[in-house]
Amino acid sequence: MSAEACDDCLRRTALIAALAPWLDVEWRRRSAPSGVLSLPDEALVALDRSGRVARAHAAFAPSRARARAARAGLAAICRCAPDYPERLRELDDPPAVLHIAGRAAALERADAVAIVGARRGTAYGLEVARSLGRGLSAAGVPVLSGMAMGVDSAAHMGVVEQAAAPAPVAVLAGGADIAYPASRRRLHVQLIERGCVVSELPPGFAGFRWCFVARNRLIAGLAALTVVVEATERSGSLTTTDFATQLGRPVLAVPGPVTSRFSAGTNMLLAAGAGVVRDTRDVLEQLLGPSAPPRAVAPPAVPIEPRLRRLLDAIERGHGSLAELTSDPGATRQVLLDLTDLELRGLVRREFGGRYVRALDELCPRVLP
Amino acid sequence: MTIVRAQRVMVFPTRVTLVAASNPCPCGMGETACRCSAADLARHQRRLSGPLLDRIDVSVTVGRPSGTALRNQAAPPSACVRERIVVARERQTARLAQHGLTCNAQLGARLLRELSGATPEAHRALYALHDRSRLSARGHGRILRVARTLADLAASDAVRPDHILQAAALRLDDQSLSLAG
Repeated sequence: MSAEACDDCLRRTALIAALAPWLDVEWRRRSAPSGVLSLPDEALVALDRSGRVARAHAAFAPSRARARAARAGLAAICRCAPDYPERLRELDDPPAVLHIAGRAAALERADAVAIVGARRGTAYGLEVARSLGRGLSAAGVPVLSGMAMGVDSAAHMGVVEQAAAPAPVAVLAGGADIAYPASRRRLHVQLIERGCVVSELPPGFAGFRWCFVARNRLIAGLAALTVVVEATERSGSLTTTDFATQLGRPVLAVPGPVTSRFSAGTNMLLAAGAGVVRDTRDVLEQLLGPSAPPRAVAPPAVPIEPRLRRLLDAIERGHGSLAELTSDPGATRQVLLDLTDLELRGLVRREFGGRYVRALDELCPRVLP
Repeated sequence: MTIVRAQRVMVFPTRVTLVAASNPCPCGMGETACRCSAADLARHQRRLSGPLLDRIDVSVTVGRPSGTALRNQAAPPSACVRERIVVARERQTARLAQHGLTCNAQLGARLLRELSGATPEAHRALYALHDRSRLSARGHGRILRVARTLADLAASDAVRPDHILQAAALRLDDQSLSLAG
């Protein structure tokens, strides 16, 4: 990799990190929150009346910042560098420095797809996110997300499960060296091993609320298009689509039941004209146009015994517990066997607690209706 | 039973059958009405540690019964079920008497392996499951033990792949995707 980040850019990054508490207020005050980060250093410094931040800014030591990044195992690219991701320059407020754990080359792909959505959704949302992560990886398309709980993690895990997947990218609100939430520690390690984890903030930084929104503009900025899998009407993931739209990048959404508040946001996007995503192929068509690979990505559909079909239908209708699937105690043994059979075929999955849900694995043979 | 907590060791002179119940989330309002955030769910699920889940042999998810279900109570009376259990227990006693034991729970790992009556296909099914579900050695043994009991209930001296798969379906699978992501 080329030269390290320059002094000025590192100084600006440290300034923004020091001002984080004040930026929370500024961000909400302005109607266009991203305007805050496009302010020049002098204007930012003025946000702190006490002058403490100004003094720290003047006394900033770039060599210490570089040493800190090195100790945390992070590379730093600044926007003055030629290998700074071109797509991010389209933002009004591109990050001064990108701190990167893992392979910086992963940021150079022009065909990356962002998969985002609610932290708290349904098994459906997680299933689809994971399946899209796998499917896009199998098709050679890199996947980007925020490593948050819920849809982000499910998408990343789908990528990690797929052998020979293109390097995944995660953009974090805090320091790239910190696994946040802590439950993502293992995923964090896997993402660094297989791809890269990026942040515009310094190592060790703990994100404030505005950082999570700010990070979404980077997700939108680095991706060729953004797919929202599941979102309530007020989900934070919708800010990512706002940014994508501002950048003129396509926004796609996965439909959900109209009765489910967890899909109200995604359905709203669809009503406003977002592209529909039913499977990986829909995403590939938007991404690659007419040269998208033909539908023969998955093996041909296979027939399934009527008994298993009935069980699958019941699960699709939402009856996921053993008690709901067999009202006759005498039939329980066979149902247990059938459920394991369906699970081994990749057609159902067990949630935490033992409920069965319909699995979506585009790479497994589908069943004929 | 021995419990070790906070540097104190308590020995209870009993054998134990553990029966537990839990809501899937703190609010307990049911899947469609649940208002728990991702953090709430994560905190709740963290209380069931891997090692604890690993020791639970049978888990059943119970939902809200519909009115129809309540009206058509189809469960057989306990007396019928008891008969089947007694027959299964007698099979176990017949098999284990020469070792001074009366039921499958008392089998140590070595005797379980020797006396399981698992067919080669059953062993293969269990090993396939082992890798797929990332079983621990304890989990592996427990599935075999439950399969042995299922075989007894089915009046079978041999443990077949069916019994293994049923036993596996009854366990909690901590590899499944939790709603907390």
